[in-house]
Amino acid sequence: MATKKKTPAKKKSSRKSREKEQKRHLLHQMIRIRQMEEKAYELYTQEKIRGFLHLYDGEEAVAVGVIENLQKEDSIVATYREHGHALVRGVSMERIMAEMYGKLEGCSGGRGGSMHLYDKETNFFGGSAIVANGLPMATGVALAYKRQQKEAIACCFFGEGAVDEGEFHESMNLAALWKLPVLFVCENNLYSMGMPFELAESETDLVTKARSYKMKASSVNGMDVLAVLQEARKAVAYARDNQQPYFLECRTYRYRAHSMFDPERYRSKEEVQEWKKKDPITTFAEKLKKEQLLTDEELQHINREVAGEVAQAVQFAEEGTDEPIENLSQFVYSNSKN
Amino acid sequence: MNKAAQQHMTYRQAVREAMREAMQKDDRVFLMGEDVGRYGGCFNVSEGMLQEFGEDRVVDTPLSESGFTGCGIGAAAAGMRPIVEIMTVNFSLLAADQIINTAAVLYYMSGGQFNVPVVIRMATGGGKQLAAQHSRSLENWYAHIPGLKILTPATVEDARGMLWPALEDPDPVLIFENSTLYNYEDAYSGNGHTVDISTARVRRAGSDVSILTYGIGLHKSLKAAEQLSKQGIEAEVVDLRVLRPLDNETVFASVRKTHRAVIVDEGWKSGGISAELSARITESLFYDLDCPVERVCGAEVPAPYARHLEQASLPQPQQIIETIQKMGGIHG
Ligand SMILES: Cc1ncc(C[n+]2csc(CCOP(=O)(O)OP(=O)(O)O)c2C)c(N)n1
Repeated sequence: MATKKKTPAKKKSSRKSREKEQKRHLLHQMIRIRQMEEKAYELYTQEKIRGFLHLYDGEEAVAVGVIENLQKEDSIVATYREHGHALVRGVSMERIMAEMYGKLEGCSGGRGGSMHLYDKETNFFGGSAIVANGLPMATGVALAYKRQQKEAIACCFFGEGAVDEGEFHESMNLAALWKLPVLFVCENNLYSMGMPFELAESETDLVTKARSYKMKASSVNGMDVLAVLQEARKAVAYARDNQQPYFLECRTYRYRAHSMFDPERYRSKEEVQEWKKKDPITTFAEKLKKEQLLTDEELQHINREVAGEVAQAVQFAEEGTDEPIENLSQFVYSNSKN
Repeated sequence: MNKAAQQHMTYRQAVREAMREAMQKDDRVFLMGEDVGRYGGCFNVSEGMLQEFGEDRVVDTPLSESGFTGCGIGAAAAGMRPIVEIMTVNFSLLAADQIINTAAVLYYMSGGQFNVPVVIRMATGGGKQLAAQHSRSLENWYAHIPGLKILTPATVEDARGMLWPALEDPDPVLIFENSTLYNYEDAYSGNGHTVDISTARVRRAGSDVSILTYGIGLHKSLKAAEQLSKQGIEAEVVDLRVLRPLDNETVFASVRKTHRAVIVDEGWKSGGISAELSARITESLFYDLDCPVERVCGAEVPAPYARHLEQASLPQPQQIIETIQKMGGIHG
């Protein structure tokens, strides 16, 4: 913490070093997600991970920029594309990987898999795999916090496809009507599976849509982690201080197929390449280098360090245990015994 | 020889061919659902149909299950013959209001004025490690509802032949396609003929026990029956085909013959079709039975992700075999 007596020069240099630290932290977080997802992809092709696998490559700046602003008491409700959110929220990569392996040591005990990461410790209310299913839930979490007079907010992530569903509209109305501290974060990656956004919505200006519920709303470049960080900071503060909902659209792009395989008839390879030029990690790393906040060696160091974390997570998952079949009905009800 | 005769066909192709034929035959028919057009369907069932029939007849919808299913119901009531595709039964829960509160009751509620000739197709079933929200077999649960007809094609012939009579039916018909069957391939010589949508069928004749099943359960039961046969136990396998209205006659005829019944269903026992069948058999054939009715069903848990747990939660051929071996008076 800077003390008041510091000279202006010192103040400046400590601000600079804090800034450097924070920016590198953001970069580090995005790289953790990217490398974890790349490994998950590989493991899926080896059939170590099964079921559906929705990867977050390309969208890292959104989870990192938003979640950085949350407090420990705040909650997150996410979708089936939630590995990154869980990770930056503080669920260990080991427990995420073990969950994808279906192991007892996974963050949902192997019952959930990739689409259903949960962690009570970090108020991570999980991955729901039904589109828009998380919005009413998040609204309810915020309702509880308000009744309990907590400072906490609920932060709900969802794709733009969720906007098509009735549950989106019902939740937006309830949250605005009851003045609940929810941050609705729409990750607009332009496609819901194969459906292009502009063919799914009569009004494609989502901010206008949100405002029709008398909700404060804004839109931000979701490929730019600093832009997301700043916009989300305002949004979080608004929701917390005013006990009101906020709608934040993050314009982003998913690099990979919707789940592991899809014929990608709905978009061109060129389009994907164009978006990759705006990659949230490489553009940010370049920026930091230009600002002399990062050297090539330091970047390599981060990459190596994260690769080590990934390797360790995989080893942890590999060494995980299978739940005994006798426990199949445990957790159907809270008081189930076996 | 006709090209259609003797050919092999996947279940997926069979559904596609059935839809294509219906669209060619009747202008009122159109297909509507999420990703049915450009994407070719989430299980690739409608691949190529957008190119063949155009955007007015192969309609990509937003993710609005309640909205577009309700639209299909309204369009049907007003003279069209929509085929609504819901990706999987799990998402049909968002459309349950329209299906149950409108489609199932409109004709009755209006005193016989407005009928709803809609067909709603959806994938069902588990077994693919998709966990609790993506693995349900809720056809059972829809079969609870008077006013709906529930079809569960388990063979290529039924996948090919059930759609047209379903479209001709004046009332709402729900077709449940087990997603693990889309790649299933079989000889097909049906020549595009339709099949009835009111009866159960004996798929394997036997004298010692009746296995009553449908959908993916049929394939597991046939496997079990082959094994049992090697031990000298001849199981008769009845494919229910239609879960509502149930064909008592075929079921009863089989049980009267074998004096033993086991019901195989991936769905849950409580309040399910297995409970219903068991009750009907006991009500009507109690004195024909040599032993109590048995059930091999899905464990009453939400589907777990881990493979070993999921497999343990689903009926397996071995379980069917062991259940039958233990039935009173059976000797192999
Ligand atoms: C209610 C419901 N309908 C359909 C699906 C199948 N489905 C899964 S993800 C998805 C696309 C969702 O797109 P979007 O909300 O934009 O999120 P993204 O996958 O792009 O992150 C669809 C149609 C589902 N899971 N739930």
